[in-house]
Amino acid sequence: MAIDKFTGENSIAFIRSEQLFDFARRNSLWYIAFGIACCAIEGLMSASGPRFDFDRMGVFFRNSPRQADVMIVAGTVNHKMALTVKRLYDQMPEPKWVVAMGACACTGGPFREYPNVVLGVDTIIPVDVYIPGCPPRPESVQYAFIELQKKIARRTEERLAARNR
Amino acid sequence: MTDRCEETLGVGLLCEGQHDPGVPPAGLRRSPSGVDGLTTEHLIINMGPQHPSTHGVLRLIIEVDGEEIVAVEVSVGYLHRGIEKLAEHRRYDAVGTLMDRGDYVSGMMGELAFALAAEQLMDVEVPRKAHWLRSLASELNRLASHLVWYGTFGLDTGAMGQFLYAMREREALLDILEALSGQRMMFNYIRPGGVVADMPLGLTEQIRTFLSTFDTYLDEYHQLLGGNEIFQMRVKGIGTIDRQMALAFGLTGANLRAAGVDFDVRRARPYAAYPELDFEVPLGTTGDAWDRYIVRMGEMRQSARMIAQLIDGMPEGAFTAKVPRIIRPNAGEAYASVESSRGETGIHLFADGTEHPYRMHYRGPSLFAAQALEEILPGHLIADAVMIVGSTDIMLGELDR
Ligand code: SF4
Repeated sequence: MAIDKFTGENSIAFIRSEQLFDFARRNSLWYIAFGIACCAIEGLMSASGPRFDFDRMGVFFRNSPRQADVMIVAGTVNHKMALTVKRLYDQMPEPKWVVAMGACACTGGPFREYPNVVLGVDTIIPVDVYIPGCPPRPESVQYAFIELQKKIARRTEERLAARNR
Repeated sequence: MTDRCEETLGVGLLCEGQHDPGVPPAGLRRSPSGVDGLTTEHLIINMGPQHPSTHGVLRLIIEVDGEEIVAVEVSVGYLHRGIEKLAEHRRYDAVGTLMDRGDYVSGMMGELAFALAAEQLMDVEVPRKAHWLRSLASELNRLASHLVWYGTFGLDTGAMGQFLYAMREREALLDILEALSGQRMMFNYIRPGGVVADMPLGLTEQIRTFLSTFDTYLDEYHQLLGGNEIFQMRVKGIGTIDRQMALAFGLTGANLRAAGVDFDVRRARPYAAYPELDFEVPLGTTGDAWDRYIVRMGEMRQSARMIAQLIDGMPEGAFTAKVPRIIRPNAGEAYASVESSRGETGIHLFADGTEHPYRMHYRGPSLFAAQALEEILPGHLIADAVMIVGSTDIMLGELDR
């Protein structure tokens, strides 16, 4: 499904509604502005700054979980915070995706020996993309979003293939 | 999935006395000051830990009467990750990695505080060049940190443009810091005995290029935010911390200097290259949010001035002293503090002659500022709470440690 093929004058595109929805979802991945620790400076702040400018990929921040599609878990989640992370995730409307950013969100990172730290956010919520690094560079976060877009496209195709079978 | 989730979330999460974020604390009060003798019920509003304006995971439990705040409870600990305890299991040259992640926007200063404390217990003479490089790294980092504060403080008022400009400058600074240390944020550059690496070739030029425009840009930025009438109306006269209160709460840094107290660790207890540098300490008068804004803008200007002096007078020589690969300081106790972007960051170190610290205490300035919030917020409107929290420039990583 290549939309740009149909941008000529008086053109009509035939597209399945779910393809259209997924196309829209893929290109407007709004994430919830929820920074926990150091990674938030790189993954949320620098990312929306002028150099990396995630905006051009349709990736933009929303302040409320109810308007967001993606949750970037950017930082160390400890046991006190875990409850909030879970609650925020539950408040996001379907379909939703989670990006675990940084060593802390993936495994506990440099603080993993400390008993208060959750050993990877995937123990509380399902994670779609992991980004290693401490902190990962904004480029890595950008790459993670590209991977997420691919994942969504794949899901559409799989669903359609299953239907046609 | 569910099992693991319950395992993590389940047992012993809510200690006694700790509020579940969904349940308001007990003891709703009634306002006696209702119109015509009618009473109104106070409302408890929960702000955070996910709130775009708390600068991290601070949680404020605010009791409001209509629009006015009557009581505030600051709930901390959402980012507690045991930096002090983990330092007891790190070698001396690796504790810097933890210090970076404490105050993560100005990591260099944390590293410097630890290095200074460790050096007091080591028989080591830090070369002059190392001192200068340390000061250079600190000032560059202070600029980067203040720019983050400047950008987000504007965001709290609802302005957006200044954030993009601040980020642009910050990227230029991070390029410099990356060239110097190899990382954008978590440097581990300053270690006991000196620094890790010399300045790379061409860095002086890069810094000069940055400085050549920075002063003009700073004027522009001040005009953009501070020259804005709406911003002035929102910031002036709110969140006043007077001299006495600032001293009583143990505030340091710009929060203290905005109240007119002339205390700067760089001058009171000089370290690194600061005794040889020429700089001023900007002071405020009343201690309101506007004064804190003015003081921080002034500090940025002074930092730029210092950076120019530092690259002009950078001495020749070794950038680190000879230190053994495994550092074993003498047994004893040491305290060293530096002026970080937020105030006095101190390290109280106990060594027992082994390669790990016996105990390390991390004194961060943000915890003191957060405590003051409970005192200064009542009496303000709910919309001002965001501004006041923003103006104190707290950093949750160092608050919760
Ligand atoms: S991965 Fe590193 S930078 Fe990211 S939150 Fe953890 S300690 Fe901080």
